[in-house]
Amino acid sequence: MITYIIRRLFIGIIVLIIVTLIVFFAMRLLPGDPLTIFIGQQGASGTMSEAQKEALRHEYGLDKPIMMQYFSWFGGLFTGDLGTSIYYHEDVGKLLGKRFPITLHLGLLSFVIANLVGILLGLFAGIRRGTWIDATSTTLANIGITIPQFWLGILLIYSLGLKLHLLPIYGYTSPFDDLWMSTKQLIMPVACLAVTERSVIIVHALKNSLIPVITLMGLGLGMVFGGAVLVETVFAIPGIGRLLVNSVFAQDYVVVQSGTLVIAFIVIISNLLVDISYGWLDPRIRYG
Amino acid sequence: MQDVNTETGFIEAPPRVNEWRRFSRVFFQRKLVIFGLVVLTLMVISAIFAPWLAPYDPYVGNLDDSLAQPSWKYLLGTDIGGRDTLSRLIYGARTALIVGFVTTVSAAIVGTVLGLVAGFFGGIINMVIMRAMDALMGFPMLLLALLISAVLGSGIQNVIIALSVATLPGYARVMHGLTLSVRENDYIMAERAMGANNLRTMLSHILPNTLPPMIVLVTLQLGTIILAEAGLSFLGIGIRPPGAAWGSMVYDGYRFLISNPLLSFAPGLAIMLVVFAFNMVGDGLRDALDPRLRGIL
Repeated sequence: MITYIIRRLFIGIIVLIIVTLIVFFAMRLLPGDPLTIFIGQQGASGTMSEAQKEALRHEYGLDKPIMMQYFSWFGGLFTGDLGTSIYYHEDVGKLLGKRFPITLHLGLLSFVIANLVGILLGLFAGIRRGTWIDATSTTLANIGITIPQFWLGILLIYSLGLKLHLLPIYGYTSPFDDLWMSTKQLIMPVACLAVTERSVIIVHALKNSLIPVITLMGLGLGMVFGGAVLVETVFAIPGIGRLLVNSVFAQDYVVVQSGTLVIAFIVIISNLLVDISYGWLDPRIRYG
Repeated sequence: MQDVNTETGFIEAPPRVNEWRRFSRVFFQRKLVIFGLVVLTLMVISAIFAPWLAPYDPYVGNLDDSLAQPSWKYLLGTDIGGRDTLSRLIYGARTALIVGFVTTVSAAIVGTVLGLVAGFFGGIINMVIMRAMDALMGFPMLLLALLISAVLGSGIQNVIIALSVATLPGYARVMHGLTLSVRENDYIMAERAMGANNLRTMLSHILPNTLPPMIVLVTLQLGTIILAEAGLSFLGIGIRPPGAAWGSMVYDGYRFLISNPLLSFAPGLAIMLVVFAFNMVGDGLRDALDPRLRGIL
């Protein structure tokens, strides 16, 4: 078991290093260097002398060889120094720290609800296989994985928000400030994320349950973060997904880089934990 | 024809014609598969014949008719630029199909080659390729596509590139697993003993035996790609107006949800129907080609 864990951890670390390489070099492939974008953002492109540009380039470490830049960025990941956002003029670590809890709140809530409902319905449909219950839940689940999350969000906003005035249609309030408001605001976004994720679980569970529930849970976590980008846009929730999309438009490459990296790390580490717990639960895996 | 075989007393593999019949019987048996085929046929027809089917120019509208409600003149109304929604829906089918097919085919080819090479050679080659695929899989698909689109910018080619890279590891992983299992068969060993080289073994023996699951995977992925393209276009990162993409149409209509709900309802429904159709046909193909794949794909 120990050897298995060590082997999985070793592979996990290699994968994480490859992820940092992909993210770093993908952003460096941007047309034009980041400095030009930065200067453009300041509206100072005409007024800056070559010497001033050179000084800025030096300040941001962009005059060093690319591998050196990578290593200093990589080193910064460990000290929490992710750089400064050129759009928000704020430390990226702090910026992500503010947005992340919001996405986590939305994501974890959807994740827990989706798994609870998904497992229950999956079990129920499994027991009553071949009956109308099975057929109905399969069809509903198939609709659930095909409905675009953002469109489902819009349908909910239209019906429950604009027509029936039951729920607020956008925004986010921290549960520590106003729990009731926070819950009301999250009902529709959570429903959007949970419906899709739950449906995947049911569809897979009905395909013979060969893929165990924990693997699906690991998969679900990635889906929640991917889906959060869309759902946060529809409901104007200031989470990490919305931050990433805005940063893409603002060409704020440091934020896109760090945000994507943080999410990829979380997904990979949780998949690693799934793998390890899996080896624990099923000894055949360890020696396979 | 069948009698000839049975009279000889051999209970060999059934003749080919039966294989096809078995396939079509299973495939066409389900109503949802038929429904899927009908939807896809309509979609392909509207994509190919868009210029003849669309009543108006999808890109340039009449500003006097901006945000028109549905009427006999504009069956589904118009958007802010006075562009006919129905015409844009028809042209949107073209966008969705092009992105879906080009992305799936390119990702499938690259992914298959990588998975085949990794599985066949093993060792360090396997290590390098598969860990890189694991790393790509660590990103939620939409986020990876977002990262790549941030680098490349918007537009149809860049959406195709972004989504191809994002879906490639899935094919590589499935192909890798299939190669590992096919490689262990006796006929491969016999082939090797007769002196076949690596390339020949891979192309004429391993590849054909992995085709059925790969075909099913490609069909199922088509729906996923169309959904992801719609998501990217919805975010404004994929295909932007005046380009006709269902995802960006939903976003554009969202601003006029109270006055013109159809503007975002109609394209959303189109996305859902097409993705549903691809999934149903994919499921049907899987059960008809190889029922053992149930639970794996």
